[in-house]
Amino acid sequence: MKFAVLVFPGSNCDIDCYNAVEDTVAQPVDYVWHTATDLSAYDCIIVPGGFSYGDYLRSGAIARFAPVMSEVRKAAEAGKYVLGICNGFQILTEAGLLPGALMRNTNMKFRCHSSLLEVVNNRTPFTNQYEAGEVIDIPIAHGEGNYYCDDTTLRRLQDNDQIVFRYAEGSNPNGSVADIAGIRNEQGNVVGMMPHPERAVSSVLGSADGARMFASILNAWREQHGAAVNS
Amino acid sequence: MKATVYVTIKQNVLDPQGTAVQGALHSMGFGEVEGVRIGKVLEVELATTDRAEAETRLKDMCEKLLANTVVEDYRFELEG
Amino acid sequence: MAQQLTAKEPTAAQIAEQAIYKQMGVTDKEYELICGFLGRQPNYTEIGVFSVMWSEHCAYKNSKNVLRRFPTDGPRVLMGPGEGAGIVDIGDNQAVVFKIESHNHPSAVEPYQGAATGVGGIIRDIFSMGARPVALLNSLRFGKLESERVRYLFEHVVSGIAGYGNCIGIPTVAGEVMFDESYEGNPLVNAMCVGLIDHDKIQRGVAEGVGNPVFYVGPATGRDGIHGATFASEELTEESEAKRTAVQVGDPFMEKLVMEACLELINSGIVLGIQDMGAAGLTCSSAEMASKAGNGLELYLDQVPQRESGMTPYEMMLSESQERMLFVVKPEHEAQATEIFERWGVICVKVGKVTDDGRLRLFHHGEEVADMPVKALVDECPIYDKPSEEPVYYRDHAAVDTAAYPEVANLTGALEQILASPTVASKEWVYNQYDYMVRTSTAVRPGSDAAVVTIRGTRKALAMTTDCNGRYVYLDPEVGGRIAVAEAARNIVCSGAEPLAITDNLNFGSPEKPGVFWQIEKSVDGMAEACRVLDTPVIGGNVSLYNENARGAIYPTPVVGMVGLVHDTDHITTQAFQAAGDVIVLAGETKAELGGSELQYVVHGVSEGRPPALDLMTEKRLLGGVLSAIQQGLVASAHDLSEGGLAVALAESAMSGGIGATVDVASELRPDIALFSESQSRILLSARPEQADELIAHLQAQGVPCAAIGAVGGGEVNIRVNGNPAIEAPVQHLEKVWKDAIPCLMKK
Repeated sequence: MKFAVLVFPGSNCDIDCYNAVEDTVAQPVDYVWHTATDLSAYDCIIVPGGFSYGDYLRSGAIARFAPVMSEVRKAAEAGKYVLGICNGFQILTEAGLLPGALMRNTNMKFRCHSSLLEVVNNRTPFTNQYEAGEVIDIPIAHGEGNYYCDDTTLRRLQDNDQIVFRYAEGSNPNGSVADIAGIRNEQGNVVGMMPHPERAVSSVLGSADGARMFASILNAWREQHGAAVNS
Repeated sequence: MKATVYVTIKQNVLDPQGTAVQGALHSMGFGEVEGVRIGKVLEVELATTDRAEAETRLKDMCEKLLANTVVEDYRFELEG
Repeated sequence: MAQQLTAKEPTAAQIAEQAIYKQMGVTDKEYELICGFLGRQPNYTEIGVFSVMWSEHCAYKNSKNVLRRFPTDGPRVLMGPGEGAGIVDIGDNQAVVFKIESHNHPSAVEPYQGAATGVGGIIRDIFSMGARPVALLNSLRFGKLESERVRYLFEHVVSGIAGYGNCIGIPTVAGEVMFDESYEGNPLVNAMCVGLIDHDKIQRGVAEGVGNPVFYVGPATGRDGIHGATFASEELTEESEAKRTAVQVGDPFMEKLVMEACLELINSGIVLGIQDMGAAGLTCSSAEMASKAGNGLELYLDQVPQRESGMTPYEMMLSESQERMLFVVKPEHEAQATEIFERWGVICVKVGKVTDDGRLRLFHHGEEVADMPVKALVDECPIYDKPSEEPVYYRDHAAVDTAAYPEVANLTGALEQILASPTVASKEWVYNQYDYMVRTSTAVRPGSDAAVVTIRGTRKALAMTTDCNGRYVYLDPEVGGRIAVAEAARNIVCSGAEPLAITDNLNFGSPEKPGVFWQIEKSVDGMAEACRVLDTPVIGGNVSLYNENARGAIYPTPVVGMVGLVHDTDHITTQAFQAAGDVIVLAGETKAELGGSELQYVVHGVSEGRPPALDLMTEKRLLGGVLSAIQQGLVASAHDLSEGGLAVALAESAMSGGIGATVDVASELRPDIALFSESQSRILLSARPEQADELIAHLQAQGVPCAAIGAVGGGEVNIRVNGNPAIEAPVQHLEKVWKDAIPCLMKK
């Protein structure tokens, strides 16, 4: 299985995502520049965190027009795995690959700390190694992670089981609607989340709970491609 | 031609910055303030004299990039 | 507009007649010297260039002779002071690069941008050496949070640091914040950056090779921050507010691109010299690069990218627009270099060439507009030995008996009061705004003694901290200087690392005042002595003078930034108590020392007397004993005793571990003094029960006095002195007091 980590001007979690793939599932991974026009070689595309284009105008607003984004759209339509983390989540919502928008945290401040998440849906390619309802420790670091969508969209998210992670009860750090920390698209192959699983892959750094996210992706891919594949 | 584009948070969406500023104004004694909404103003220079065309193009710019219509409203004024 | 500005520029004769140079901070005598070096009167551009090169900020003219007292060499030092940043060997062909720098005056005027550009500047110092920045730290001082202006400054300085560091993607892992009236109106904002480099990649800011092209990198030059370097060398007055235009605006996104492109350029191996444009912008970078190579430089100012129209040579040379660099390559590598910057979307243009005549020549609109000897600019600034005199207050304080305060009866109340004092209170409100985890190498996060950052692909890690208690330094600059270094070393050792070296940021009042100059000399003496004994040479630093407000000089605040090496990640230790039953051991001796203490300040409302004494050999034994114990796996937690003494250290270890402690201290001192004295050279340790005896024996064998004083466990901090109850409080309650203090004050 082959991973791509996208690099926009201003991405700053690209290296962390690359290292996390190497350290957790040891699969081939490439940095892919924002100008790339072909993602056909990749099975999973990670849109990393950071401040793409300085987050000027709005987080993710400019990045969504980068050439590589039309390839991300194609990959998503083709059923490949797309994971947007933090700024990556913001880019995916701006691009319309996921519903809703990320607004300024209600306390108006950037917030960086450990955060407990409830795994709401473990039947996704990104969460199959977690138990449903399990509470995991994945840190956050964002100033605009306040997930917003209108009531109709929220009902649709709930009805379709599209809410993947919620902040654990009483710990909503940013004012997100329904404590939403991460969602998936209707097909289930695109997930966006504000917390950083790539920062939680080693107990030396405080938590290893994010490692199973990468293991889930590899597991899902292997199941999809049959047991014959053992790379 | 010069356009001034105003982008504001939709009325039904919480605007934490506006709420904070309103609170500050109240504590400073401006009790009559009933609401504050914070938005952006963009000044856009256009190389055209065709007003109708400018309006169409601006609308397109706003929808595509300048505003996120999930949470933001926009309007613009044209001069010259 | 352009014509007007040019027309307004005074002629060389007018500059002389009207002594216009004085407005730029150049004295009559210095002006005479400059005329001598030029063989004529300088024109407006030339006097402008000289004025910034000969400012305290660039030339250290008031502090150079004092700075010579620092030890700057050691077996591990690969590069000492003089370049952008110092470099220390950490084995395996790797080295650590670090430096601290102040942005006090800009932050006092425009706190967000002042702090942000301070961070941007120190990052450039690190990557211009060829190093990958891996961590940021800071050291901040403000007035009291009861003041609205102070809250405004604090809030915006913190968000400025966060805004820059978070965006560029370098974790802000540690720092310190202290609050005292002394800093009212003149906050201190010192930022430190740490980078990693391979030995063979080390760069220097030299303009090598006559005929080689000189390139300008980064955003276009505007009129930002003109005279920032001289601005930083003046006292803050009401006029400073009017000089607001002197504050630059930072663009961390641009710096990220410039950094990535520069590191790629350096890794390609074609760079001959590279330097960032910091204070005094193009002037300082070009003159210093030429000077270090013993060459000259020609700059074609029409080629300099300009953001505003009609900029004069004077404005271009003195602009402090941010995120700009200067580099030199061979002509055959021009295309390769420009391609890299083009790919990163960063402006890169040829603006000059290296010459052999030792002169800095500027050309504009086809004319030579300035011609100055490089050596005069860089090396010939007169160095002053300012008059120094022991101030009266110092003698007066000798008479204060700090053991004579009425005994504090409610010790639990005193602990709560001190935990709620903003200097001691939890800084979560601050560091949760910093992304301290990006780059996924932060093993010890902010809030413990020193932060620890792992080095990927090795078992090594770096520990880092900033320290200085300005109150101690004020009360006794020499002892206070020693303590600043020793406490930094103690923090490093407590995290399991061997102290390597320091960078210092000397924040003082006006050197024109003999009493202030005496503080500078004495504290440098104290620091230098500590650095020698503890084997932590000074590899670079920064001097910020003229930190004054209406009440006079700030507390002398020589901030120490120290980096240590963790030899194996297994040695990483925090201050947090680990498990119930662990034995608590206090290493070091407690004496009746309340001068400059938090108890004195918070409970008795004064800062007076002499600060705690510090014996460097005692300190060295303590550090050696504790570090070797940690390396042998005998220590579960380690915490330096500092502000608030033993009581606060116990509470902090309990709060960080989320577990209580029961302690009985045997002491001949009054209980309030035993628990809140700030005697130096003490560390609070905990050990697994089966290892406690071995730990104590190990320390005693190395000449470190120590004793088991209790055990970890329960939900309370329960402290007795000689068997008598002294402090009893639930950990959760103390934690609430400690964590709520700053957010509560900020909500006012």
